[in-house]
Amino acid sequence: MDFETIIGLEVHAQLLTDTKIFCNCSTKFGASPNSHACPVCLGMPGVLPVLNKKVVEYAMKMALATNCTINPRNVFARKNYFYPDLPKGYQISQYAYPLAEHGYLMVEANGEQRKIGITRIHMEEDAGKLIHDDNNPASYVDLNRTGVPLIEIVGEPDIRSPEEAAEYLRRLHEILVYLEICDGNMEEGSFRCDANVSIRPKGQKEFGTRTELKNMNSFRNVQRALEYEVKRQQYLVENGEKIIQETRLWDDAQGATNPMRSKEEAHDYRYFPDPDLVPVVVDEAWVAEIRAGLPELPQARRERFVNEYQIPAYDAGVLTSEKALAEYYEEVVKLCGRPKIAANWVMGDVLKFLNEDKRSIRECPIAARSLADMIGLIEEGTISGKMAKEVIADMYATGKTPRGIIEEKGLVQITDEGELAKTIAAIIEANPGQLADYRGGKEKLFGFFVGQVMKATQGKANPKLVNDLLRKMLAE
Amino acid sequence: MELHQLTIHELQEKIRGGGASALQIAESVFSRIDAVEDRVHSYIRLMKKEAMAAAVRADEQIKKGDIQPLTGIPVALKDIVCTQGIPTTCGSHILHQFVPPYNATVVEKLAAAGAVFVGKANMDEFAMGSSTETSSFGPTRNPWDLERIPGGSSGGSAAAVAAGECIASIGSDTGGSIRQPAALCGVVGMKPTYGRVSRFGLIAFASSLDQIGPFTRDVEDCAIMMNVLAGYDPKESTSVRAEVPDYRRFIGRDIQGWRIGIPGEYFIEGIDPEVSAAVRKAIETVRQCGASIVEISLPHTRYCVAVYYIIAPAEASSNLARYDGVRYGLRTADARDLAEMYEKTRMQGFGAEVKRRIMIGTYALSAGYYDAYYGKASQVRALIRRDFDEAFTKCDAILTPTSPTPAFRLGEKTDDPLQMYLSDIFTISANLAGIPGISVPCGFSASGLPIGVQFLTGHFEEGRLLQVASAYEKSAAVEKRRPSL
Ligand SMILES: [Zn+2]
Repeated sequence: MDFETIIGLEVHAQLLTDTKIFCNCSTKFGASPNSHACPVCLGMPGVLPVLNKKVVEYAMKMALATNCTINPRNVFARKNYFYPDLPKGYQISQYAYPLAEHGYLMVEANGEQRKIGITRIHMEEDAGKLIHDDNNPASYVDLNRTGVPLIEIVGEPDIRSPEEAAEYLRRLHEILVYLEICDGNMEEGSFRCDANVSIRPKGQKEFGTRTELKNMNSFRNVQRALEYEVKRQQYLVENGEKIIQETRLWDDAQGATNPMRSKEEAHDYRYFPDPDLVPVVVDEAWVAEIRAGLPELPQARRERFVNEYQIPAYDAGVLTSEKALAEYYEEVVKLCGRPKIAANWVMGDVLKFLNEDKRSIRECPIAARSLADMIGLIEEGTISGKMAKEVIADMYATGKTPRGIIEEKGLVQITDEGELAKTIAAIIEANPGQLADYRGGKEKLFGFFVGQVMKATQGKANPKLVNDLLRKMLAE
Repeated sequence: MELHQLTIHELQEKIRGGGASALQIAESVFSRIDAVEDRVHSYIRLMKKEAMAAAVRADEQIKKGDIQPLTGIPVALKDIVCTQGIPTTCGSHILHQFVPPYNATVVEKLAAAGAVFVGKANMDEFAMGSSTETSSFGPTRNPWDLERIPGGSSGGSAAAVAAGECIASIGSDTGGSIRQPAALCGVVGMKPTYGRVSRFGLIAFASSLDQIGPFTRDVEDCAIMMNVLAGYDPKESTSVRAEVPDYRRFIGRDIQGWRIGIPGEYFIEGIDPEVSAAVRKAIETVRQCGASIVEISLPHTRYCVAVYYIIAPAEASSNLARYDGVRYGLRTADARDLAEMYEKTRMQGFGAEVKRRIMIGTYALSAGYYDAYYGKASQVRALIRRDFDEAFTKCDAILTPTSPTPAFRLGEKTDDPLQMYLSDIFTISANLAGIPGISVPCGFSASGLPIGVQFLTGHFEEGRLLQVASAYEKSAAVEKRRPSL
């Protein structure tokens, strides 16, 4: 039987505001337990939430970047359930009236561009963390994360393959990071994804029974978990077994999904509008202001790079994968005027160095100005491309300018024709046998003479000049 | 007259004129407390040490000529407002050892205005009740008849003012919890407009209905208290940025030409005849003040109690979820796992009425019932609010009884929650609509129990509310009696 896969993703992204969504506590990760917690975080009696306006603005940015419509009046609601990491006994979220709805994202997978719908984006507060003691029958509560702002991005069940799911996630992630509203760290949980997946025989209209997948903390794991789950569901259907609607956890080591204990599901959250907060009113002027402040988004930038700089789509993709990288590249281009050459150096050497050291482009010791200068020095023939490889390694290691390095090392290319002619003449004279063979038709020996010249000049000779002179002098 | 029997404005005059010191006033109040508190039980906790120190500080301020609106005035706080460093129980065993690390905004404001805090007044557990009988600390008794209840939930605050155990007090009103005990104890009690007084630090019962307000001995004192309490608070999102006038300016103004609305729906069968007679007399008094009496209709009145007993418990079921034994308050000693810790802590910590309302509220919000209960109640609430909007196009203020009966006997309604709920039948609508209301004494029953009349005005019209209440008070000149304790 031929099956079609139906996937919908729910993404939670922590927003990079300095303070929490409903109090003034810091959102910084990694502080000692409960050091970023106040009476509001602790859900003490009589304390009240006050909305951080920055959270609304950040969430609006994401909503506009994903083509959503912003609701002029959206409402916070309480999601009620008991858990020790949830101090109030309810999470403040949005339910019937979310911040934004009806968005989409264009995603390319398996050579096909498809529109993936976004049902809604809403704001909510994060819960705290439980720390279990392995030596004692006790658990501890850390409320530093309580009240850290989140947005939940609920996708339509429009995704048709695990690859497409991973690609959709990468695009979402890229936008969040581009907007500088989320650090995108999946391991620390600032970007989390749950998936709903079902299969149906091709041509069938009704959806099959879906399962919900959790605990996938990388793009790769999302794809692996979905691939596993699709196979598992197909196997069940093909063997006449029933798919149970349940939540399943991805086990990375085992490479499989397993059902969550059913006790942990089946909540009735009893949502109702939070009477402690007033509806968030978003007028057109506010939307316009946020829209005007949006940076160029990755997809648009990619298209512009291809058109404006005439670089291949692949290069544009790499160079725009991160906002700071794209900005670095554009700065280099602006200063040297050589987009394709700049792309090669940035994608080749610069990224290679950074990847080796696991550094980000923001930490790159090579200033855009220096890289542009180096490209200029190659163009004007001061150094050869080969010498540049050595220069750029030094620039990366020391942060020095290319001119400084060239002077320090005496790397300036020999472009003096007279001087080079003397060296060539001496080499020809010292190798009469090879000269005779070359003239006798062994043209391969040309390379031998080039090598000798380079050796004699310690590689500083301008290669083009060497070629021209050698050809002339060997023929004489 | 002894100092503890005077009003705020009378004491202010004495303080200014050198006729009394803050310390003398505090001593007078505490000696009265020594004499009557074991019979009335207005307080969960007295703050004598803190009060005496505050009175000494107040006298220093007075000496310097720095006299604030409440300098040296002994004020009681309902034990629902958080006091930094001082246990705040909300009348519940589950919070019997809870010490807040913060002050409610009203506590900050009262302290800044020079008030001397006498103690934390008794109340129905989590403000759920109309008699102060659900308190985990035992009931408060009505100073006019110790066999009767003082009303509730702010029964302790009302009784303390009536019994001379403080000069003024703070209560909270979710469905009548200030106005009903004010009526039953023969004092003035006001519920301001929702959003007028900050709820920060007020332990929540039903967040969309709760409002803090004062108990005083006369309407002028009420205006003095409102001047201190009212105002926007950045710590509360539902607090409103509306201008706060000097409420004292409205005292003594006449109501010549005002239209006073009498809603037919509030003069129903089942009202105690003595209450009915006293309120009819109040209507006559208002007419004699130069106001015209207009009949109005609030057609959705009969749904008020039903709507209230869905919305208030629904919000309460969520607001009270935080009392789980994890971070503060009671935690059961014998739990084997998390679920048992939750169950036993809440089973042992909450009283029967609180549990009843948590269950009602949880049910009303449950999947499959939400639309029929909470959803429908919210819609009807909007209609009730519209009733008032329309009524106030035809009149300037509304006059009703505050409570259908004078104070009832202890235990009389504890086994019949529905009868108890009907004690708030005339006060609930103001909370649902968010409008201000005040109860003013309007006479006594034959057996000497106080009766109150309620005035209501539109949103943020506390000034006009005080104006009509003070004009009535002056003209009615209800006999000044004191409970014989
Ligand atoms: Zn906090």
